[in-house]
Amino acid sequence: MLEQIEGSAAVARTVARCRPEVVAAYPISPQTHIVEGLSDLVRTGELEPCEYMMVESEFAAMSACIGASAAGARAYTATASQGLLYMAEALFNASGLGFPIVMTLANRAIGAPINIWNDHSDSMSQRDSGWIQLYAETNQEAVDLHLQAFKLAERVSLPVMVCMDGFILTHAYEEVDLPAQEQVDEFLPTYEPRQVLDPAEPVTIGAMVGPEAFSEVKYLMHAKQMQALDEIPSIASEFSDRFGRDSGGLVRPYRTDDAETIVVALGSVLGTIEDVVDELRAGGARIGALGVKCFRPYPLDEVREALGGAERVVVIEKAFAVGAGGIVGQNVRLALSGLPPRVHDVVAGLGGRPITRQSLLGLFDDVLADRLEPRQLHFLDLNRELVERELERMQKGRRPGPHAENILRDLGVVAAGSH
Amino acid sequence: MPEQQVKFFQTGSFAVGNRLLDPEQRSVQARMERSNSLTCGHRACQGCGEALGARFALDAAMRATDGNLIAANATGCLEVFSTPYPESSWQLPWIHSLFGNAPAVASGVAAALRAKGRTDVRVVGQAGDGGTVDIGFACLSGMFERGDDVLFICYDNEAYMNTGVQRSAATPPAARTANTKPLGDQPGNVFGQGKNVPLIALAHELPYVATATVAELRDLEAKVERAMDFHGPRYIHIFVPCPLGWGSASRDTVRIARLVKETGLFPVFEAEHGEVVGVSKIRRRVPVEEYLKLQRRYAHLFRPRRRDDVIARLQAIADRNVERFGLLTDPDQAAAMPGEATDLAGLEAGADEPPERAAEETNLMRLLSETHGSPR
Repeated sequence: MLEQIEGSAAVARTVARCRPEVVAAYPISPQTHIVEGLSDLVRTGELEPCEYMMVESEFAAMSACIGASAAGARAYTATASQGLLYMAEALFNASGLGFPIVMTLANRAIGAPINIWNDHSDSMSQRDSGWIQLYAETNQEAVDLHLQAFKLAERVSLPVMVCMDGFILTHAYEEVDLPAQEQVDEFLPTYEPRQVLDPAEPVTIGAMVGPEAFSEVKYLMHAKQMQALDEIPSIASEFSDRFGRDSGGLVRPYRTDDAETIVVALGSVLGTIEDVVDELRAGGARIGALGVKCFRPYPLDEVREALGGAERVVVIEKAFAVGAGGIVGQNVRLALSGLPPRVHDVVAGLGGRPITRQSLLGLFDDVLADRLEPRQLHFLDLNRELVERELERMQKGRRPGPHAENILRDLGVVAAGSH
Repeated sequence: MPEQQVKFFQTGSFAVGNRLLDPEQRSVQARMERSNSLTCGHRACQGCGEALGARFALDAAMRATDGNLIAANATGCLEVFSTPYPESSWQLPWIHSLFGNAPAVASGVAAALRAKGRTDVRVVGQAGDGGTVDIGFACLSGMFERGDDVLFICYDNEAYMNTGVQRSAATPPAARTANTKPLGDQPGNVFGQGKNVPLIALAHELPYVATATVAELRDLEAKVERAMDFHGPRYIHIFVPCPLGWGSASRDTVRIARLVKETGLFPVFEAEHGEVVGVSKIRRRVPVEEYLKLQRRYAHLFRPRRRDDVIARLQAIADRNVERFGLLTDPDQAAAMPGEATDLAGLEAGADEPPERAAEETNLMRLLSETHGSPR
């Protein structure tokens, strides 16, 4: 049924219809509305049976999910940013032990400097944690991906992170078609754990493994992720058949058929990018876009297939590897090795900075005119003057003070001091 | 048949030989149907107090729950020695996740069981002192506060043994560890505030809190069984000597555990809903020196010169416990402290550890002195 609803509320209600038996969560913006919604549903008895655990940290949230999943329960949590980092140790444990936990990540920047707004530095920092990572473009897709995530997680016995842009999606009210309970029940079978703590059949979970078999156990994680590369399109296709709309999958090309230039991105910024593509197409440019819907496992063949025929690829990413370059860009280059396209890495939208049509149009104009150096990391809308001034201060004195304060003072946000 | 009178070495305790008792009075370990939750073949050191404590505690919990028990274990010696690939000593459903999260994993298991209506299955969380009082403390505190239905057991050997005997917040003052060596004029670990988790648990007014040692195993079993009578968060803190880390003879594990109680250094008590309901009285009070001398982690208090100043401070800690917990039946006991306990260990009161005792050290103890330097 179509409803005008906040993204977080839509996700909360959808997750509830997936019948999690244990929800363990700790508050962090912008994830809070999701778990508050679930707490309400547990308290009213609409979601039942379900234990809602108000844990003391994200580390405990993931740990409780590990325990719950090991005891055979469908387990769910949600977090963002610092919270994801605080549970990092448990993330690797959940994937290493193969527990099909589903987590919503309301993508948010990582400090310092502390910043609550959206970018992808949180999920990208955990890209190698062994979790499957799916990225939602819209709130409708966020809803749909949760249904698919539980099914996928339980099919391959790996945890799945559904990434949705903090505030941009979580706090946006838009029309969403919420799947009905009966539809969810038909799509998502009861959880049948692959391993369970049961006194009737005692097993040891989490035993120590030395050099004699560690590689093999780790390889199995990789093998399951590779298996997910087949499962993800198959589940997306089953979803499409049942619900009559396309959501999820590995990659989604937009007007790429004859494109000489293809823009690659993840998440909600794809909408803006597609609008800009339309505008440039109207002016005769052969440009398209590729949405990477699933970043782990990395759909190398699909990316290669979609981008291989282009002349240039522009990767717009909301995170970067400090001191190295683009993260998605590096993965795109890996997929394109030996093929002609030039790859441009552009970092945009850090800490909630809006990625505007105007800025993108300017960027793509430069790209189309080959004015963008391919072997350099570019930052969209970077205020160079501000950066130069701080660099100069660092050159001048031994003790220039904190970067953030200096820059805010330059901007006039902090009252001028006596520095 | 002529009658033979059996004399029990210890009287007034549950430490008597099991097979001499009426079957109903026998310990869990002495019963044919004991579950052997932590079965033989594991790789614990000789004389490991933690292995002994875990075996008794879990078997008692298994008996109390009719075998419907799940254990969540922190990283540490107990986890490592019990699950060397490709073997496992655990004969109950058991999970190890991380060092610092055993209480939260146990809470998650309990939540899942509740959601599934499996009220018959109970949960035990367990960790060493590091996994309880240090890295696992936040999760433990959350488990206490939320009222999760978990019995959490800390096997306290007073340092990080698995990583090579480093200090934890449970390491006692003056003890030598790999990073509190008695170098210069420093007497080993500092005399600090300490972190007394049994008392912290007591302050939470949990349904059940107890301390125990591996010297009084009947008492330990009884406490675990009693803990399983309650629902909600429960906490048992067990004193488990570590021959490797403490530099004690493997055969002295139980003796040292007895002495720690008899000195007053480790008060053995139990509490229900925030009130202390029972204290194990000291039977034959001994000065702390008798306890210290059996452990090379305190050798620097006796050689090359006696540190009476430090020993006196440790004695003061014991004295305070004795008074605070009312550990003496008869106040006159406080006056005479003959060191009979170590006489029983074959040592003369006040005498140095004879050289042949040091020679009895196990290979592991030799390894310790090789890797962590001579205690002298």
